[in-house]
Amino acid sequence: MSANISIDFITHTFKGQTDPTLNNIELKIPAGERVALIGRSGCGKSTLLHMLAGLLIPTEGCVRIHGHQVTRPSAKWNMMFQKPSLYPWMNVRQNIELGLTFAGQKNPEKIDYLLDLVGLSEKAEEHVQSLSGGQQQRVALARSLATSPEVLLLDEPFSALDAFTRATLQDEVARITGQEDLTMVIVTHDIDEAVAMADRVLIMSANPGEIVGEEQVDLPFPRDRSRAEFSRAREQLMTKFDSLVGDVKPAEIRQTGQSKALDDSKQQAA
Amino acid sequence: MSATPASLNMNTAREGGFDWKAFGMSAWRGIGYPVIGIGVMLALWWLGGWAIASNPDTESFADFAPAPAFSRLLELTANGYVWEASAPSLARIGLGLLWAVVIGVPVGVAVGLYASVREISHVPFQFLRMISPLAWMPIAVLAFATWDGAIVFLIAVAAIWPVLFSTAQGVRRIDPLWFKVAKNLGADGLQMLRRIILPAIGQDIFAGIRLAVGVAWIVLVPAEYLGVTSGLGYAINDARDTLEYDTLAAMVVVIGVIGFFLDGICVKLIKKFSWHNQD
Repeated sequence: MSANISIDFITHTFKGQTDPTLNNIELKIPAGERVALIGRSGCGKSTLLHMLAGLLIPTEGCVRIHGHQVTRPSAKWNMMFQKPSLYPWMNVRQNIELGLTFAGQKNPEKIDYLLDLVGLSEKAEEHVQSLSGGQQQRVALARSLATSPEVLLLDEPFSALDAFTRATLQDEVARITGQEDLTMVIVTHDIDEAVAMADRVLIMSANPGEIVGEEQVDLPFPRDRSRAEFSRAREQLMTKFDSLVGDVKPAEIRQTGQSKALDDSKQQAA
Repeated sequence: MSATPASLNMNTAREGGFDWKAFGMSAWRGIGYPVIGIGVMLALWWLGGWAIASNPDTESFADFAPAPAFSRLLELTANGYVWEASAPSLARIGLGLLWAVVIGVPVGVAVGLYASVREISHVPFQFLRMISPLAWMPIAVLAFATWDGAIVFLIAVAAIWPVLFSTAQGVRRIDPLWFKVAKNLGADGLQMLRRIILPAIGQDIFAGIRLAVGVAWIVLVPAEYLGVTSGLGYAINDARDTLEYDTLAAMVVVIGVIGFFLDGICVKLIKKFSWHNQD
């Protein structure tokens, strides 16, 4: 079951700093929506996501999930990180069921279902160190889903993976969040990732971090990156980002795969 | 072209048949090298014994040599004296190490986990660990009602530091994301300790215990010179007083053998609790 998220006028200043990292952010995310947060490095995207997860408390304002104020982490709003951070002394199954273990529950059928969902049924009893990066991230996804969260928070979860694995996992996570009826918020540097996974993309500016614009992505899932509609959506997002935040530098906002090749060919033609 | 039987045999060997060459190399490394090491050690001991026996000034110590020592060792093993002397020492070592672990691991976790505890404890711990455990002897004798209590205290004082510092170092090396993920999955403090921290540092704790066993074993012999009438230290002291140098050398061998096996147990435990590159 998904939950709505309400971010009520969050301002945050880190200890020892005078300028706020986030300034007066107000945002409503309806239940079941998939939202991407994009912005330059240091604009506060990850800080905002940590607040949604209850891993950081804002100096002003609050986050509400399903009407409840978020004051601490909970298995109901789970976060996936850039690194899978699996526990190497546990096998795949033990990693996935960890959240249930913490809750004093056992549900082998659910773990079997999740293993199947992420395509790792054959690897259930293997040690996680023997898995590839993509497989490890799949285990992390299954682990996040095991506690039946209402909200899935993703902090650049695929940025360390190769382009093919990244695209596959983007599609899988978009499919799974739809199938499991989850509200999803993803922080990314990757324009393609935002277009491939989100219903709505929020653009953040830096110093201080503010949400300065948004773009709807009205494309059906699964999204085919080779289609003209995908390129158009990406184009619109790039243009909006340019107009709101300034020139896009490749190191700050990344394009991947086919869309980048399309862009390069356009530049050459010009 | 059809394959000859010889080439078939070679192919079978390559494709998974028994690899005698690898087996031979592995056996040589596993048995041959240690045998060479032991041989060199015995040769040096024998040379020392021969030098002592050849010198009129030291010939009364000739029983230190390997032959009388091993002959006496067999005798002492057969009549149960070796076990009689070893059992109390092992009990004292076990108790001392137990105290070192019971105190060292939780304190080490706190030192590794909290910067404030680390900073507060730094000077006192560095100061205390530099004091020779044997320097505590007079205080131990005053503080404990029994000799056994005093010896266990001395062993614990010696063994606690490797356990504590190794544990603290292990905690500090834990990936901070592991804490974040566990919190995110709903772990409380006790679950964090039991499911994340202790398994993550298991190998560090046992590495600390391994060092502690070495230190404790060194402290044991002089500690057992204190009032007690049992143990390997007492046996050595007694053999010296009664000029039974073959017994003295035999007990030294016993101490070395037991220490070697205790170290082997620690190495096995480190491997068991090590999660690096598990396949």
